Amino acid sequence: MSEAPKDLKYTKSHEWVRSEADGSVTVGITDHAQELLGDLVFVEAPEAGSSIEAGSACATVESVKAASDIYAPISGEVTEINEELADSPEKVNESPFEDGWLFKVQPSDAGELDALMDADAYAAHVEAES
Amino acid sequence: MVPLADAGELTTIRTQGENVMTTLKTTPLHAAHQRAGAKLVDFAGWEMPLHYGSQMEEHKRVRESAGMFDVSHMQVVDIHGPQAQAFLRYLLANDVAKLKTEGRALYSCMLNESGGVIDDLIIYWTGGASYRAVVNAATAEGDIAHMQKVAQDFDATVAPRPEFALIAIQGPQAVEKTLPLLPPDLRSAGDLKPFSAVWNDKWFVARTGYTGEDGFEVMLPAEEADGLWEKLKDAGVHPIGLGARDTLRLEAGMNLYGTDMDDQTNPLTANLGWTIALKDADRDFIGRKPIEQSKAEGVKEHMVGLVLDGRGVLRGGTRIETEAGDGVVTSGSFSPSLGVSVAFARIPAGVEAEELHADIRGRKLPVRVVKPVFVRNGEPQIELKS
Repeated sequence: MSEAPKDLKYTKSHEWVRSEADGSVTVGITDHAQELLGDLVFVEAPEAGSSIEAGSACATVESVKAASDIYAPISGEVTEINEELADSPEKVNESPFEDGWLFKVQPSDAGELDALMDADAYAAHVEAES
Repeated sequence: MVPLADAGELTTIRTQGENVMTTLKTTPLHAAHQRAGAKLVDFAGWEMPLHYGSQMEEHKRVRESAGMFDVSHMQVVDIHGPQAQAFLRYLLANDVAKLKTEGRALYSCMLNESGGVIDDLIIYWTGGASYRAVVNAATAEGDIAHMQKVAQDFDATVAPRPEFALIAIQGPQAVEKTLPLLPPDLRSAGDLKPFSAVWNDKWFVARTGYTGEDGFEVMLPAEEADGLWEKLKDAGVHPIGLGARDTLRLEAGMNLYGTDMDDQTNPLTANLGWTIALKDADRDFIGRKPIEQSKAEGVKEHMVGLVLDGRGVLRGGTRIETEAGDGVVTSGSFSPSLGVSVAFARIPAGVEAEELHADIRGRKLPVRVVKPVFVRNGEPQIELKS
């Protein structure tokens, strides 16, 4: 079983969300997701300043093996993207919960976070899927 | 995260969890893969390693040093008898009469009556009235049935040899690392030319491969496979999974059966014209007539190489726009050696444009048309725009 930190929230489509002190949230893909995808080669994040809507495709990651959509875990405005992934997409494989974060969002409705799973629920979800 | 498109080359692969494990066949190296922590997948009914951690790193190891592949799922078939040559000259589109030296091999397609490709294989002349073929895992059963049926009209036998394990050792250091581990009477393998083999009563060592690098393919008794695998590992040869095998062969410009061609494919449209031996007009072979006919009429499509210099990955099924209509990617991937995506694509014949457009999820990205060979012996074969 791959790692899933307790302080994060998770989606069924394998994104994670971290609530930051300034009210923004950071979004990435889980260790389980990067393991399924294999070596990442490109990350297409949404543009900073763009609006995203919870549940809709907002980014794409491509591995050697496959291309996958990333679904917005929460609605809001994208405030920052992880520029380092342009040259080093492997950071997502090496450090999916830290250096491999994808983008940050200023949520339009922080209440949406309550709909996401905690680490235990996510672990059970991964278990059920495999 | 939901997969949009699997790599076309690996469409037959499903992940472990989605499968009933008990139905999968295993090779003599299965325990070795488990020990090495391989990600095991279903490949044509065999439980095989996809990677042992990172496909990208495995790919680079083969280009830069040496790696080894368990290819025991491929099937060895021995052909023997007074009419073995006549049989094979009828069965195969390439001409085994070209094999003048014992141990020499050639690559050939086995065609059906319509000229479609039943399988591609390597055939060795093992001296006298004997030949040895190595065929693909997914097609092996049908291949053997077909060969045995055709052989009924000849004084020749077709005998599968499932007792062999097959290990391919590939890379610039493959030969030097493997030689000391071969039986002493087979160390002359170091002097072998490409597409040649030496053997004793148990082992068979060929200078062949599927990566575009130097190396060997070794057939040996199943019970000795684990021992050689471990010794190779100790010598610094890393296990490589099917994932890297696929990107290596794509870079090397080698077709994959079931992806780049199948029994509906005219080999002339799959960059396989060079393997069809039409020179000897007196030689009849299965599929000759339809191939000659399509050659006379001119084929409507052909296979080219594509390079995507921008960000994105060409995959099997990606639509290619040309001024003469749509083409399609048959094999495509990110190229770990080149850092860009490369592909084989079947496009309408007569398209002269050096730049076409690939439709990647609705975006039209420019792709360069090149010869379908991207990397050989560690060297890029195409111009790179950084």
